[in-house]
Amino acid sequence: MSRGTHRLHVDWTRCDGHGSCAELLPELLTVDDWGFPVSRSGERDPVVPVALEAHARRAQKACPLLALRLVRATERPAR
Amino acid sequence: MTSTLTTQRLLAGLDHGPVPRLTVEALVDLLEASGLTGRGGAGFPTVQKIRSIGRGPVLVGNAMESEYLSHKDALLLRAAPGLVLDGLEILAIALRARRALLAVGHRLDPGPVREHVAVRRSSVEVRHLDGGFVAGQESALVNRLDGGPALPGDPLVPVRHRGVDGRPTLVVNAETLAQLALLARYGADWFRSVGTPDDPGTFLVSLTGSTREVVPHPGVVEVPRGTPLGDVLASAGTPLPRARAVLVGGYHGTWLPMAALDAPLSREGLAPYGATPGAGVLHVLDQRACPLRTSADVASYLARESAGQCGPCINGLPRMADTLTRLAAPGADRALAAEVDRLRGLVRGRGACAHPDGTAHFVASTMRVFAGHVESHLRGECHAQGRAA
Repeated sequence: MSRGTHRLHVDWTRCDGHGSCAELLPELLTVDDWGFPVSRSGERDPVVPVALEAHARRAQKACPLLALRLVRATERPAR
Repeated sequence: MTSTLTTQRLLAGLDHGPVPRLTVEALVDLLEASGLTGRGGAGFPTVQKIRSIGRGPVLVGNAMESEYLSHKDALLLRAAPGLVLDGLEILAIALRARRALLAVGHRLDPGPVREHVAVRRSSVEVRHLDGGFVAGQESALVNRLDGGPALPGDPLVPVRHRGVDGRPTLVVNAETLAQLALLARYGADWFRSVGTPDDPGTFLVSLTGSTREVVPHPGVVEVPRGTPLGDVLASAGTPLPRARAVLVGGYHGTWLPMAALDAPLSREGLAPYGATPGAGVLHVLDQRACPLRTSADVASYLARESAGQCGPCINGLPRMADTLTRLAAPGADRALAAEVDRLRGLVRGRGACAHPDGTAHFVASTMRVFAGHVESHLRGECHAQGRAA
């Protein structure tokens, strides 16, 4: 599987644990005890494999709070 | 305090004369040559911060001192407010800053620095702000100064790109500013003449104990980076047999066992223990206190101090603290220890700011350094003296 050029970023200031992202992208996300998304790899902002990019975009569109974002892999948070 | 241990620079009480004017090139050269790192906690090289900031930024001096065990910025604003102001003005001139603000936390007295601002007719804006443990976090502070609530922002938009007034914003700790004020006058060689080659200069240490017996003389001292932990404790009169462990760095910090007394207080010296000097906090735990009970109280405090914004922090931190509290009762179920470990793994790397990570780091350190004490509790015993745990 090709490594991909995008990362999956959760904006925690918006996320309210709706859970649709984990339903639509179970390969990369699961939920915690309270329904908030957890990266399966444990990595903050995990890289999206090319094969899953379409699914990731669907998950992004499904988020009612626009909290899920696909960002270019070069674009890293400050910490 | 013995005079052989401390190196009085920031706290020397001298008049250092007028504020030097530096170009941005001279400033970068000076910071590069000196190796000055941020004294607020993260320990980031100051030169990198300067290099990454855009033109015409807003400058923010951070004297929030929101770390509960830290008292250094309070002392600095009392004993050397002029140096903090000098540091801000040096940066403001070199970077052609649009505005320069100094955020002073509610536990600190803004009076002396305001007097200096008035006497100099400085354009620095002093703000006296309330707020808890997370209020000093860079983006929370910027949001607050920008008129919003003191909530951390999404790290995808760092304040160095978009901060106060929507401008690139540089946030620098008050002690770092004071260090810069001396560095700009006396040069990189002077700065490096104490400390270690990899971690030069002095820093302010806030030293407290869980009881008056274990640290008879609490306070703030200025010591060279790399000073052995044991020397600082000895200077405060700590009777070593009375001490169980030392929390290094603050509530997001790391427990060091008493076997680590020779550890140099520098980044490389503390790295083997998974610790950093952080904001210079040392807190000595009395042998008579149960370390699990104490740590559970700290974890509970940190859970209450969540800004209440991000799900993993709102939910995960109280659950982790409650689980640690239940584990701190002798005769606790063994499953609780595994649950503490699961929860700290669960909160790590999630949330807008470093509060969940810092809290998980502290809890991990508790479980590692006091592993023997955890086993005692699971057997129904607590070896802490002087308390019926």
